[in-house]
Amino acid sequence: MTKVENNKAWWLVMPVFLIVAFSAIIPLMTVVNYSVQDIFDPYTRYFVGTEWFKQVMLDERLHDALIRQFIFSFTILLIEIPLGIMVALMMPTKGKGASLALILVAIPLLIPWNVVGTIWQIFGRADIGLFGAMMAKLGINYNYASEPMHAWLTVVLMDVWHWTPLVALLCYSGLRAIPEVYYQAARIDKASRWAVFRYIQLPKLTNVLIIGVLLRFMDSFMIYTEPFVLTGGGPGTSTTFLSQSLVQQAIGQFDLGPAAAFSLVYFLIILLVCWVFYTTIMHMQKDK
Amino acid sequence: MAEITLNALAHTYCDAPSKPEDYAIRQMQHVWHQGGAYALLGPSGCGKSTLLNIISGLLEPSDGEVLFDGKRVNELKPEERNIAQVFQFPVVYDTMTVYDNLAFPLRNIGVPEHKIRSKVLEVAEILELSDQLKRKAKGLSADQKQKVSMGRGLVRDDVSAILFDEPLTVIDPQLKWKLRRKLKQIHEQFNITMVYVTHDQLEASTFADKIAVMYQGQIVQFGTPRELFEHPAHTFVGYFIGSPGMNFLEAEVGDDALTFGDHTLNIHPKLLAELKARNATSATVGIRPEFVHVWDGQNVDAFRVDVDFVEDLGTYKILTFTFAGVSMKARLSEDQKVPQGKAFVSFPEQWTKIYLNDYLVEVPHD
Repeated sequence: MTKVENNKAWWLVMPVFLIVAFSAIIPLMTVVNYSVQDIFDPYTRYFVGTEWFKQVMLDERLHDALIRQFIFSFTILLIEIPLGIMVALMMPTKGKGASLALILVAIPLLIPWNVVGTIWQIFGRADIGLFGAMMAKLGINYNYASEPMHAWLTVVLMDVWHWTPLVALLCYSGLRAIPEVYYQAARIDKASRWAVFRYIQLPKLTNVLIIGVLLRFMDSFMIYTEPFVLTGGGPGTSTTFLSQSLVQQAIGQFDLGPAAAFSLVYFLIILLVCWVFYTTIMHMQKDK
Repeated sequence: MAEITLNALAHTYCDAPSKPEDYAIRQMQHVWHQGGAYALLGPSGCGKSTLLNIISGLLEPSDGEVLFDGKRVNELKPEERNIAQVFQFPVVYDTMTVYDNLAFPLRNIGVPEHKIRSKVLEVAEILELSDQLKRKAKGLSADQKQKVSMGRGLVRDDVSAILFDEPLTVIDPQLKWKLRRKLKQIHEQFNITMVYVTHDQLEASTFADKIAVMYQGQIVQFGTPRELFEHPAHTFVGYFIGSPGMNFLEAEVGDDALTFGDHTLNIHPKLLAELKARNATSATVGIRPEFVHVWDGQNVDAFRVDVDFVEDLGTYKILTFTFAGVSMKARLSEDQKVPQGKAFVSFPEQWTKIYLNDYLVEVPHD
């Protein structure tokens, strides 16, 4: 076999190269470029090597934000995934009820994120908000603006309210894809409701759950708008997550170098955790 | 162990059925005896699977009763009926091993683990799954999966009948034959009532002692494969069983014979009397291609017919001819002379069946 030289073929792959270049490589390289320089103005810049990376890695405030970020992401995953599955299992499958349930469940997903923050900001207030007033009635001095625990509770509740529907919708579609015959066989085998869930529904949901877990992890790890509107990262720094620290640095203080280094580290952490999740789930599925 | 009786059973998917066509199962009376190997044979959409799901309890019939050993079970759920069912597409629990799959129905009813073990090993041995027991069921081939789903029916001691809903559809042809043998063996070994739904007459006749042929929601004949072949009780049985199917022609009921245009066919006087007693002016005559007698030369009993063509199917030939304006087929044995242009055929009285409104007319017993 001889290899045919055909340079025209390059024109065919060109669009892909261009799209990938403009969508991923060029922006990413710009960040890499900033992360190794100290820039004073467009004409004055110095190469600083890994200095910004060292600074970012050793920054205690960022360590705290990172820990808060992990606690937040794992908390909401632990709540949203089981809750989403439960909601999906309870949603009606036939008739008008099915469409109605789909619409109702999907509503929180359709609300702009800053509006979600605003809704919960009002909802949680003890004077005019339903939730805050209810807590006050129960004798709890609820104040998310001054109590870190209350602030956390509100942020977590808000995220659960906002994003459980996504998990529920994913699981709902996964459940609908299970052929009726599996349920029939399970009835013949006298399987309990729990056994049906454990051995039929859950295994068949694995694939949508992978997507659900990864999407929810990535999104919650990058959460910015809602806590920014709701608590502004406070009280103190108790609800300041990574993206807020990043924005403060990049836009608030205009420290482009450290912010760029920070972005890259941030990006690598998300990539790493997603990879760990994915391999773990895939490994669990393997034939032993 | 049970005898399954269908008493005035009918089922419809319509809310307000008005005509017979609205029924997936038209009213029927039928008994499946304990320990029999039965096939339920019919074309797609004739109601076979509906009937099976009614027996297992997955569907509740809209009319009539299902009786197990004389006891009404209409209200019992499938899990309360002690029935096993194997479906067209193999159902296995993906995340479990083959062993756990087979043990699953026993664990669900709380059988102690040591009893489960001996039972699972026994069934695995019969199904030739012993060396697969530790594997995850997900990685099995289609036929192995189907064996696992059959196995889940066999491990249970309480099973009174196993229902098969076209279980070999997704299995490769060479394995089909093997699995069918296996089923037959299992039937002999366990003495369980088995009902096997299929649209394949070969599958039905190799598996079953008796076949129920279903057509438009009714069991039109229930008999041995031989009875279905030699004495079709309904024109559909004649058409569906055998390859090619039965020849049918419309005849006028004459004073002392049946007539097809210029031709006359003598039939048993009592049969003719029966037709007249039912005020029939016309009837359908059916004869299997295998029983059409093709003579070498002219004969007093034979009709002279036009030969259309002859197909050579290897061990035998099929002669297509036109008689009284109707295209008919006859089977020629290998060494038989092939008629050219004209042929002389006769219809032996013993194999010539008369049908009125699709049902067989027989000489009344004295």
